[in-house]
Amino acid sequence: MRKAIVLARREMAGYFFSPLAYVIGAGFLAFSAGVFFFGFRLLGIPAIFQSGNEATLRPLFEMMAYSMIVAGPLLTMRLISDEYRSGTIETLMTAPVTDTEVVVGKFLGVMCFYIALLACTGVFVALLAAFGELDVGVAVTGYLGMVLLGAAYISVGLFTSTMTRYQLVSAIVGIGILAAFVAVMYMLVSYAPQPLDLIASKLNAMTYFKDFSRGMIDTRGVIYFLSATALLLFLSVKTLESKRWR
Amino acid sequence: MIDVENLTKWYGRVLAVDRISFHVDKGQVVGFLGPNGAGKSTTLKMLTCFLPATSGKVTVAGHDVLSDSLAVRRQMGYMPENVPLYPEMRVGEYLMFRAALRDIGRRKRRSAVENVAERCWLSKPENVMRRRLGELSRGYKQRVGLAEVLLHSPAVLVLDEPTIGLDPAQIRSMRELIRQLADEHTVILSSHILAEVEQTCDQLIIIAAGQIAATGSPTELRQRVVGPSRIIAEVAGNDVDVLRQSAASIGGVNDVTAESRDGWVRLTISHGPKEDLRAKVAQWAASNDHQLRELRREVGSLEDFFVQITYQQNLQGPQRMGA
Repeated sequence: MRKAIVLARREMAGYFFSPLAYVIGAGFLAFSAGVFFFGFRLLGIPAIFQSGNEATLRPLFEMMAYSMIVAGPLLTMRLISDEYRSGTIETLMTAPVTDTEVVVGKFLGVMCFYIALLACTGVFVALLAAFGELDVGVAVTGYLGMVLLGAAYISVGLFTSTMTRYQLVSAIVGIGILAAFVAVMYMLVSYAPQPLDLIASKLNAMTYFKDFSRGMIDTRGVIYFLSATALLLFLSVKTLESKRWR
Repeated sequence: MIDVENLTKWYGRVLAVDRISFHVDKGQVVGFLGPNGAGKSTTLKMLTCFLPATSGKVTVAGHDVLSDSLAVRRQMGYMPENVPLYPEMRVGEYLMFRAALRDIGRRKRRSAVENVAERCWLSKPENVMRRRLGELSRGYKQRVGLAEVLLHSPAVLVLDEPTIGLDPAQIRSMRELIRQLADEHTVILSSHILAEVEQTCDQLIIIAAGQIAATGSPTELRQRVVGPSRIIAEVAGNDVDVLRQSAASIGGVNDVTAESRDGWVRLTISHGPKEDLRAKVAQWAASNDHQLRELRREVGSLEDFFVQITYQQNLQGPQRMGA
């Protein structure tokens, strides 16, 4: 897996150079800042950083999780699609690296950028700690949840990226899949007949995440996100492999 | 070194490569020639483990490209057509990255990169190594591509159209470099620039419409050009017809055409394939008191051979399934 790290480093450098990554990052952070300072009235979430309001990070983490449905696929859309487009997939696949090393390397590269983004949101935590009472437990589990959820969402985006040479298609399909797992599942839970509503409730990503944002580490949540990540990375490797046979 | 047996590739319903078989010895420089769409790139991609064949077998240094792909890739350097590069990376960065992918140890990486940079004219001007790949001109990109394949000193080099888009001076230097590389590596290159392939390759494989039309060394192939050679002579005079008939009377001449050029007449004398009538033409001119200002022989060129051979193949066109 040494080569995966070589690939990850290159990918990370690419992200820090690319204007698009900064735009998406800035959007993500701006949205989080908006939630932190002004709340999200549409969903009835009050602002956090206002005197008199509850000093909790929970709504912040929840909104960040929702925004990852869009931010994740946008971040990952160029990962493999770009290689198909520019032809560099040829030099990559004819080097002595396995498909698995390529996928893992790309995944690690994106995750590093994502974690750097999360680190930037630390400013909100710091502000809350300075001006209010910070519940450290919630902060820690919240970030853990964000990392796990981010890993799963990013691997969805990576998977859709292996399927097409068009970045936009990759992004849209990725967003669609993630939206399905959050919104559609939610609808199914409320309105679908048995046993569909039971299955849907087990697959809804946000229910698992909500535990993390409340300060709980539920192993079911950990397993859900980790196995989703593993499954999608596996599918990415297989799709990459199969592309050669066309 | 490289054995290809009955290699076939279908792209959906189109047959791109049709049962190609050939052998490349160690240390040879082999040129793949063919019109566009003949299947050259597809064949090379199958050799380099990028595309799997529909059927057939390819072995490189004893390793099968499908079952032992990693071993093959370790011994091979492939430069695709249009040298794809990551535009945001710098030259030096990119070469270090590729060196790492090629399992070159950390300590040796820097010196390996410097060596290939030197060899591929990337070390001066000084700032080339710091420039981003997206900013480079075609010629420089090609040099970077070549430097990259040389990094790990592979046994086999596969170059897909290495001189395409280069200016004549660059083509010449590239040709020189390929000649030098031939000493240490087995080289396969594809091209449709005949002149360059003639000069650098030991063996030529001409592909058209997915099949091998001819193989052999450049000299062998030139001899196979169908058609007699001709002699061009220019003599002083204005009587085109008279001169033509007179020349036609030279022993061994099949046909003469003549055209007037400003007080001189240009005679094109065709004769049998094995003869050389230059001496006789000179004698004829001398004995008839004609001033002779040019006398030369035109032999069949490789270009003629190429056109003849590929024309026949192209008449059939690529096969389609169900046709």
